[in-house]
Amino acid sequence: MSATTTTPPALAPTRLRPRDIVGQGLVGLRSKRTRTLLTAVGITIGIAAMVSVVGISSSSRADLLAEIDALGTNLLQVQPGNDMFGEESELPVSAPDMIRRIPAVESASATRSVGDATVRRSDLISEDETGGIAVLATEANLLDTLDGTLAAGTFLNDATGAYPSVVLGSVAAERLGIDDLSGDPAVFLGGSWFRVIGILDPAPLAPDIDRSALIGYQVAQERFGIDEAPSSVRVRTDPDHTEAVWDVLAATANPEEPSEVGVTRPSDALEAKAQADEALTALLLGLGAVALLVGGVGIANVMVISVLERRAEIGVRRALGATRRHIRLQFLVESMLLAGLGGATGVALGAAITAGYARSQDWMFSVPQAALLGGVVASLAVGAIAGLYPAARASRLAPAEAVRAD
Amino acid sequence: MTVATAPTAISPLRGRDDDARRPAPVLQLRNAVKEYPGSPPVRALDGVSLDVVTGEMVAIVGPSGSGKSTLLHMIGALDRPSQGTVRVAGSDLSRLNDPQLSALRARRIGFVFQRFHLLSGLTAADNVATGLLYRGVPGRERRDRALRALERVGLGPRASHRPAQMSGGEQQRVAIARAIVGGPAIVLADEPTGNLDTTTGREILDVFGALHEAGTTIVLITHDPAVAAHAPRVVALRDGRVESDGAFREVGA
Repeated sequence: MSATTTTPPALAPTRLRPRDIVGQGLVGLRSKRTRTLLTAVGITIGIAAMVSVVGISSSSRADLLAEIDALGTNLLQVQPGNDMFGEESELPVSAPDMIRRIPAVESASATRSVGDATVRRSDLISEDETGGIAVLATEANLLDTLDGTLAAGTFLNDATGAYPSVVLGSVAAERLGIDDLSGDPAVFLGGSWFRVIGILDPAPLAPDIDRSALIGYQVAQERFGIDEAPSSVRVRTDPDHTEAVWDVLAATANPEEPSEVGVTRPSDALEAKAQADEALTALLLGLGAVALLVGGVGIANVMVISVLERRAEIGVRRALGATRRHIRLQFLVESMLLAGLGGATGVALGAAITAGYARSQDWMFSVPQAALLGGVVASLAVGAIAGLYPAARASRLAPAEAVRAD
Repeated sequence: MTVATAPTAISPLRGRDDDARRPAPVLQLRNAVKEYPGSPPVRALDGVSLDVVTGEMVAIVGPSGSGKSTLLHMIGALDRPSQGTVRVAGSDLSRLNDPQLSALRARRIGFVFQRFHLLSGLTAADNVATGLLYRGVPGRERRDRALRALERVGLGPRASHRPAQMSGGEQQRVAIARAIVGGPAIVLADEPTGNLDTTTGREILDVFGALHEAGTTIVLITHDPAVAAHAPRVVALRDGRVESDGAFREVGA
């Protein structure tokens, strides 16, 4: 008989088709539907939280950016900076005219703060109660440069600018309790009465104007003796040449000391505000990540139990020819499918929450594609990590022991 | 011998030139010893030698603790002997690593268990098809072959039923179909009637009988002499040794 014991040619190794790997993973999930759904919910909540946080913040930002776009990013503001000794410098009196000579500048308007003057509803109110309202002397074209609108009345012109007339910024009007021009309201400004001829709508690109009482340059010089040098020049440029104008503004405003001139773009502040919201977004994202983590731990838990319950199945599969690797792969894929199911549901839910919230806020709907894709990828990754240990345990079961399991 | 079974892709008659009178053994144990560690170590198999040739139907009978289960694990390539040699379809188990043992089980051995061990989420046909899953057979072919195997055990009309919708006898037929769907060199049945009533048990034994007639090699492991009596050859085990080997006689009666 010994002659018959020649070793036969090696058998072709077992193999599991990729489609079948996924198929076997689904079998496990299908046979325990309730458990599958309950386990996936943890991941769903985590992913939905993260996607909706990203989506809502993105929708809000998209809305703000659209608003900024509408306001225009071609408004620049020139202000005096500091000189080399750290003292506050001044803009030359000629600055507004020089700036207006730059070809791409559409309009430029100088304002000058009237330092000591306060605005009160009447002379009976204490001088200390300024309400935080500043008095600004302005050129008559400020409204055009700001592209602002009036809530009531008219803006200053060369005629009214020579008389004690005042136009109130939106916040200033509210603080003074003047809603409209009925009854010809007047305010007590720097020691004499000024007639209110107009109230401005809010100007998002000029929050300082909102809090100001605007008077004409001429009357300001006559009554308060202000210096003619502007404390601020607002410049509206051709939208295509904003950067070019920006580059030459300082040198144009103050050719002798360009370094003592500060040029800013007010819309940048709004954009910075949009970015600032990201701190909150990051915090909420962190909370979503915690939910995802808890969901992952839940999956790991359920998979460990599943491996214990399915020892007989593991034994049968080993008897049918599954290698350790096949068993490990099966449980890993099952775990990933479980998490992926939760993740896909979470992405859909998160997008729905974003759409609902954006609608309620009248924002445009925006969820970055990266968030949608990232949600699914993150859940698969969590599933893979959660499945590692249970899968390893399943694959380590000795086939002889596993087939004996009940 | 008429071989009307699904193709048994192996060459069971290898070695006929060396020993013209007998076909090569599909199963060959030489002084197989299995010891489980412990203090003192448990010697479950104590030098078992056994040959099973292609086409044979053998019952291995013995009381619990006789080493039946351990022998089953050796024959089924689920475990390796501590000493001696076990050859299944010509392959020496001690020379095979885990993937190679898996390949041997996938391609040469069909298992039937006492508790059927069907996957509850799958239909009868899909359960049978898992018998070909780890050979990388494409899904459609698996299904066709599964349906043919179900026909052979008389369960064609039940192909789309799930295990929960079938009786114990039907489930065991599905399990038998799963064992034979790949045309294995040897079908290994572990107490196949243990969970069934006498009548159903006899029906299952008749299925094995028919498969044997058609040329399938069958090893039946049981504690029940009455079940063993259905096999032309009975190997009695006691205390890890072969007590008797031959045509059926009332063991221990």
